[in-house]
Amino acid sequence: MAVAPSPTHDPAAAVPAGAGASRFEVFSYDDKIVRYFVIATALWGFIGMLVGALLALQLPFPEANLGEYLSFGRLRPLHTNAVIFAFAGNAIFAAIYYSTQRLCKARMFSDAMSKFHFWGWQAIIVSAAITLPLGITSSKEYAELEWPIDIAIAVVWVVFAVNFFGTLWKRREKHMYVALWFYIATIVTVAVLHIGNSLAFPISLTKSYPIYRGVQDALVQWWYGHNAVAFFLTTPFLGLMYYFLPKAAERPVFSYRLSIVHFWSLVFIYIWAGPHHLNYTAVPEWAATLGMVFSVMLWMPSWGGMINGLFTLRGAWHKLRDSVVLKMFVVGITFYGMSTFEGPLLSIKTVNALSHYTDWTIGHVHSGALGWNGFMTFGMIYWLVPRLWRTPLWSQKLATWHFWIGTLGIILYVLSMYASGVTQGLMWRAFDQAGRLMYPDFTETVVQIIPMYWVRLIGGLMYLGGVVMMLYNMYRTIRKAPSTLPDPAVAIPRQAASTPAA
Amino acid sequence: MFNRLIKSNGAHRRLEGWPLVFTILTVGAILVGTVVEFAPIFLVGNATEPLEGVEPWTPLELAGRDVYIREGCNNCHSQMVRPFRQEEIRYGPYSRAGETVYETPHLWGSKRTGPDLARVGGKYPHLWHVRHMENPRSTSPASIMPPYPHMLTKETDYESLPAKMRGLRRLGLPYSDEQIAGAIDDARQQAEAIATEVAEQGGPERLRDKEIIALTAFLQRLGTDYQGSPAEPDREPHEEQEAIEVLTDAAPTAPAPAALADATDRRN
Repeated sequence: MAVAPSPTHDPAAAVPAGAGASRFEVFSYDDKIVRYFVIATALWGFIGMLVGALLALQLPFPEANLGEYLSFGRLRPLHTNAVIFAFAGNAIFAAIYYSTQRLCKARMFSDAMSKFHFWGWQAIIVSAAITLPLGITSSKEYAELEWPIDIAIAVVWVVFAVNFFGTLWKRREKHMYVALWFYIATIVTVAVLHIGNSLAFPISLTKSYPIYRGVQDALVQWWYGHNAVAFFLTTPFLGLMYYFLPKAAERPVFSYRLSIVHFWSLVFIYIWAGPHHLNYTAVPEWAATLGMVFSVMLWMPSWGGMINGLFTLRGAWHKLRDSVVLKMFVVGITFYGMSTFEGPLLSIKTVNALSHYTDWTIGHVHSGALGWNGFMTFGMIYWLVPRLWRTPLWSQKLATWHFWIGTLGIILYVLSMYASGVTQGLMWRAFDQAGRLMYPDFTETVVQIIPMYWVRLIGGLMYLGGVVMMLYNMYRTIRKAPSTLPDPAVAIPRQAASTPAA
Repeated sequence: MFNRLIKSNGAHRRLEGWPLVFTILTVGAILVGTVVEFAPIFLVGNATEPLEGVEPWTPLELAGRDVYIREGCNNCHSQMVRPFRQEEIRYGPYSRAGETVYETPHLWGSKRTGPDLARVGGKYPHLWHVRHMENPRSTSPASIMPPYPHMLTKETDYESLPAKMRGLRRLGLPYSDEQIAGAIDDARQQAEAIATEVAEQGGPERLRDKEIIALTAFLQRLGTDYQGSPAEPDREPHEEQEAIEVLTDAAPTAPAPAALADATDRRN
């Protein structure tokens, strides 16, 4: 059994006979950096989702395109970059910095690197928020930032990697807990993907052309794009789940064996699935088919993670009643299960023929982003804030409201997009009895889905409203916090510290 | 044996004590799929061979393409017609790999909030594009596209064209020294021709050096290089012959099969 790290570190209990109870090694965890990342997560989440709400308004109401710099085409990459790399990014850094130190029983390798990572990442986000509305873009989906920012991302990521692996190297715990496996996969793979996809020939400081062309560029792009979902929005969040869910539920992880099997199969299979984004395009048929087959295979490792998460709650389901953290986690993991079922479904060519290019895709990604990434993040924040600021949460009731309004918001969002996607997909392919297109005028198929766009906006605003509640709750909690928050000190017997590391 | 690996004190447990080995194995796991999917594409050249008639962008079209990228048109418009009957009727012949070999970055897109543009070239007069960008509702009353009036006032960036073309040549686009040296003049000439036509059609005067003309040049080029691929006929000539015989209920005499085959290719 994989035993979840115990919430209190009581080294005295573990001192073996004759070890000399006085010989403790004392060190502290860097929680300040985690507080920084938590606040950044919440603020960027609000901004990224606000831009999303504006985009949702622009579709049924084009007058909301507020001039050259704030039109849909320029804001859409800002929205996706903000929620993926700013909101989810800061969330996974908070999770990794908090849990890695505790799982390794070691402070982060270098405080200076932690700080550089934090401020470097925020600078990258700010530069994205400036350059994308200016129209400085590579146009590659989820990798729109131009080459100087790409280089900055690579540098910050490498510093993060050194800091992380340095902490592993200094660890006082012999075995790496499953959360750390997922962090390792995240850190190495994101580096490979980002560098592989961003290789470009610079023309000027703000313009470059990718070194790949046509079919090659499309394949590299979706190898990256799909695995950004895999290794930025899935594996680190599974790591988050493996650490924070057992903590919040006070139960060990359901199955150690399942975590081994689903980790390795997930990491191995995910990378193959990219070409399913290119079904029926000009890429070679075999590549798309291979992508489809592996996407279907991916269903099982994905559900391995869901099952390991949900079954961890066996015997603890009653705790959901009182814990907003667990409520968030359960809905988050459930959405993970649903969107990882939906993903393989959408990758099947016959389904993809209908769904591709429609809002069904938008519904799918938001089921993952709002449900899985969003709710796992909120659950973690509600768990972390009272601990990091050593103050009880200002209002459990408001947090519960956040949970319900957010859940309802996702449901409205996702269902409206399913309806819109299927409607438009069917209209595009409809023939009349004479064999002519039933709706030859494209705008006919747009007019039909406008009501769904309004429903989506309402759902999105509800979700955003939940985030505002969380921000206010955080603000009120932090205001009550003690003025000094020293890093938590830990004492550990020296003998344990001398465990040989690889 | 597998059970020995994953039991609580099995081989995997030991692996969890070796971060370096663990990391190397993880990298190996992600590289297998990467290599299998990419190696053939990069080693076998045919995905990068242009179809006959497919040429790189003219300098003005290149400038227009960069306007298209800047405005993020690819967020709502795909450029990839799939091989379905409904798409070929709506948009034109399905897109071929050999048509996109000079596309860096590719602009295939992933969403059709608006229609596909892979074969929009020549579908509308130049003036239509000018009006459409200025205010999409003026040409398509139910459109939800944002307006781009600034394209009618912003100057086209001619100056950077030689540098862009030199860069693209490094990436494999067959631009000659003469083309690069004459890029700016060439772009102005093409712009002049389009702007004149716009004015003749009753549109605004003096648009020559505005971005809208460069974008129009790009849009009017889209999908027009493809003339039906002789390399991939749908049917062998004798099958074509048989099909005609069935249709006309007699041996063909008048319509040359080659002409019909060509027509079939283009339709398809």
